Amino acid sequence: MPLLDVNDLTTYFHTRNGVVRAVDGVSFQLEKGETLGIVGESGSGKSVTCMSMLGLIPQPPGRIEKGTAHFDGTDLLHCSPKELQSIRGRRIAMIFQDPMTSLNPYLRIEDQLIEPLLIHGLADKASAKIQALDMLDAVGIQDAASRIRGYPHEFSGGMRQRVMIAMALITKPDVLIADEPSTALDVTVQAQILELIKKEQQELGTAVILITHDLGVVSGFCDRINVMYGGKIVESGSTKDIFYNPQHPYNRALQNSIPALQAKGKELYTIPGMPPDMSKPSAGCSFAPRCEHATDLCTSEPPTLQDIGQAHTTACLRVQRENLKP
Amino acid sequence: MSDAYLQINNLKTHFPVEKGILFRKVTGTVKAVDGVSLHLAKGEVLGLVGESGCGKSTLGRTVLQLIKPTEGTVTLGNQTLTDLDGRELRSARADFQMIFQDPYASLNPRMTVYSMLAEAIQAHRKVPKGDLAGAVGALMEKVGLAARFMRKYPHEFSGGQRQRIAIARALAVEPKLIIADEPVSALDVSIQAQILNLLSDLTREMELTMIFISHDLSVVKHISDRIAVMYLGRIVEIGPATEVFEHPQHPYTKALCSAVPMPDPDSESTRKRILLPGDPPSPLNPPSGCTFHPRCPYGEERCQAAWPSFESLKNDEHEAACVRLAELTQ
Amino acid sequence: MNDTPTRPDAPDTVEKGESLWVGAWHRLRKNKMALAGGVFILLLSGLSFMGPFFLEGDYYTNTTLGDKLEPPGDDYPLGADHLGRDQLGRIIKGGQISLLVGLVATFVSLTIGIGYGTISGYFGGKVDSVMMRLVDILYSLPFVIFVILLMVFAKDLGDSIDAWFAARGSEFSISGQWNMLLLFVAIGAVEWLTMARIVRGQVMSLRRQEFIEACISLGLPTRRIIFRHMVPNVLGPVIVYTTLTIPAVMLLEAFLSFLGLGVQPPTPSWGLLIKDGADRMREAWWMLVFPGALFAITLFSFNFVGDGLRDALDPKTSKD
Repeated sequence: MPLLDVNDLTTYFHTRNGVVRAVDGVSFQLEKGETLGIVGESGSGKSVTCMSMLGLIPQPPGRIEKGTAHFDGTDLLHCSPKELQSIRGRRIAMIFQDPMTSLNPYLRIEDQLIEPLLIHGLADKASAKIQALDMLDAVGIQDAASRIRGYPHEFSGGMRQRVMIAMALITKPDVLIADEPSTALDVTVQAQILELIKKEQQELGTAVILITHDLGVVSGFCDRINVMYGGKIVESGSTKDIFYNPQHPYNRALQNSIPALQAKGKELYTIPGMPPDMSKPSAGCSFAPRCEHATDLCTSEPPTLQDIGQAHTTACLRVQRENLKP
Repeated sequence: MSDAYLQINNLKTHFPVEKGILFRKVTGTVKAVDGVSLHLAKGEVLGLVGESGCGKSTLGRTVLQLIKPTEGTVTLGNQTLTDLDGRELRSARADFQMIFQDPYASLNPRMTVYSMLAEAIQAHRKVPKGDLAGAVGALMEKVGLAARFMRKYPHEFSGGQRQRIAIARALAVEPKLIIADEPVSALDVSIQAQILNLLSDLTREMELTMIFISHDLSVVKHISDRIAVMYLGRIVEIGPATEVFEHPQHPYTKALCSAVPMPDPDSESTRKRILLPGDPPSPLNPPSGCTFHPRCPYGEERCQAAWPSFESLKNDEHEAACVRLAELTQ
Repeated sequence: MNDTPTRPDAPDTVEKGESLWVGAWHRLRKNKMALAGGVFILLLSGLSFMGPFFLEGDYYTNTTLGDKLEPPGDDYPLGADHLGRDQLGRIIKGGQISLLVGLVATFVSLTIGIGYGTISGYFGGKVDSVMMRLVDILYSLPFVIFVILLMVFAKDLGDSIDAWFAARGSEFSISGQWNMLLLFVAIGAVEWLTMARIVRGQVMSLRRQEFIEACISLGLPTRRIIFRHMVPNVLGPVIVYTTLTIPAVMLLEAFLSFLGLGVQPPTPSWGLLIKDGADRMREAWWMLVFPGALFAITLFSFNFVGDGLRDALDPKTSKD
């Protein structure tokens, strides 16, 4: 039984300019202790997916149209607010991109660290403080005992992100969702933070969902990857399969356009056109307008995710039916 | 060296830190740029990499005289930019332009593309009214935008398109030097590639000299002829782009390169990362001698003495500022 | 290099763009409260400024002592006051005066404030320090005392001028308008301070925006940067603040009139009417209720419009 089982999650935003189909029928599973990467560019729906699961989407204008998200027997999308609250922050924790704005500037670090323990009734104040200190130490804040009484503005970006991780992991959750945790950080600090998450994950056995646009980050971190485009998962598989055996044109095109792998000076491959307008749904595959392998089939029939062997799925009709090698 | 087109000599930009309400007293200095010397040939693209707080943005703005340097000179061709002031400076600005990072903030939200580009075109040249629309159209086409959008406002374009408009504006005055400050950092990966290609093509076509500032090593490597690595206000390593990336000499560059995640699972899993302890220090209170020594895996006593001079190993082209350079590459 | 360069051609069809103002207008239109407020203000202005053309010249001063304190009825739709004057007429004239004070004084403060704030904010440094210290000093002066002194001084001056004219056999009297003029000046002299501060704050934050740096980098002259680039972007908050200043000014005038320092009788203003009404609350409720209610609704309307404008012009929506 997977730890987290998401089925046909659909979240639309009803705005003045039309209905934005941010997440359009997303299904995936997360096993205990697994690291899953969700990769996509802005507008792909990767953040909204996880925020929908935790009820963090503002309900007007957003609305979860349909779908289920079973976590250990409870459907997160259809349970009572009280139940969701008992899971959120305690069994499923989330850390966000911008460490500058994720912490309350008026509260001391210690107070913010013990808060999750107190509100979920996991410890009394005294023992919570001890756990907080241990946690702060574990995430690599030097001189934790004296720094714990400090305020967020006294910490640098990297340190604040460490504090966020400490806050998220202090309840020893089953799942940690990290939404672009290192994007706003310098590359050397980014490496530190990713190593830290890896270490903690191994120690606590937490499953991690890592949301990012950076293919480099997921390649060294995740067991499995979901590639998202236009609100849907277009390819899913083990990290090695995704990188060495891409089965969707978007995945392939994305990898081609990254400078790192290109020989210097050669023109970068560019994906023509622009990311899709999520308020104007297309009849067929949403990537078709930009795909170099697109045919009439692609623009007329809506694709679905299909297994092509060894837990590797793709939503490209041509790959599924015509054995296209993207 | 002395015939280099762009010469930056011992440039320093220090900001005094003042305290006090009524009578401001100087209590310290932020040494954002602390002695940078660079020489670029005409048409060369120099990549400038470093992390936040290293001073690369300040350096870019100082070279363009948007911030007045505390010390040092900048010479472009036969003009010494640091000597210019007032009207002279304003008219000289046609020769050097900047492309900014944030495509949302670098365009006036209340002006149409036409107004912005026409204003730029006419900033230093007289163009007859009737020709303006055509000139604006041509400029837009050059950066890959359809001319029929010229009456639209910035908020009606995507990030990548806005950056193209910003590039068009910079090119409108026909500059010789362009400083691009993180021009693709705010864009999606697939759009980054488009803009990088555009910049590459334009630089070559118009024989522009460019300093490309970025924190993203792979992006810089792709577009630059040479790379300079900056740490806490100073250059620590400089050399040909592929060289610096594949054979980094300075310990900081080595750590930087090892920290960059590569989209290649096999190499990522076997790779050994050099993890630097702590955070980059503040330019308010830099460590003595080699400013990197507190975090350097190879730091020694003598590193604290003085800022090391540039040493080169294989060829003169590639140098690094480290006293232990020779022994570390054994 | 010898051939004549071909004129680059303008594109055949150019698509229209939608400026931020247009977008804001659409958003404003959807705000019902703001629209209601706006409509009310327009109607009121129409009534106050156009209405008198349809009434007799003395509609607000005609005293019929016999009808003293007549309750609302056929003759006097909104009742008569303690001197037998028609309340309706006085309220209309009062509206004219109050709105005039509101608009003119606000305009005065706007003109001074924008210029002052822009210069202070743009140049920063010592210039800004000095200019803002001046503002601080002026701020600290007690407004009421300042106005009282000004009004007293002005009254004496007005009387002297009248005497001068009278001595030459002229009927010209300046005192009536003098007072009003001084009222505008006094209020404007206080309100511009806050406007200057707001504009300065906006200009300072804009100054750091990259598009202003880009203008400098292009080598544009400072004057052009300020007027073509800064001011249009500052207008948003200024418009909102202006719309919220008008009711504040009207309230200020009412306060002054209450003290007897504002508009002088027999010219009515809502403030004076409310004062008279408050004095006679028990025997003539209509003298207080009607002007009071109208005043309150007007203030509300301006506030709704101001709030609506602020939401519509919200800079957050200028990013995709």
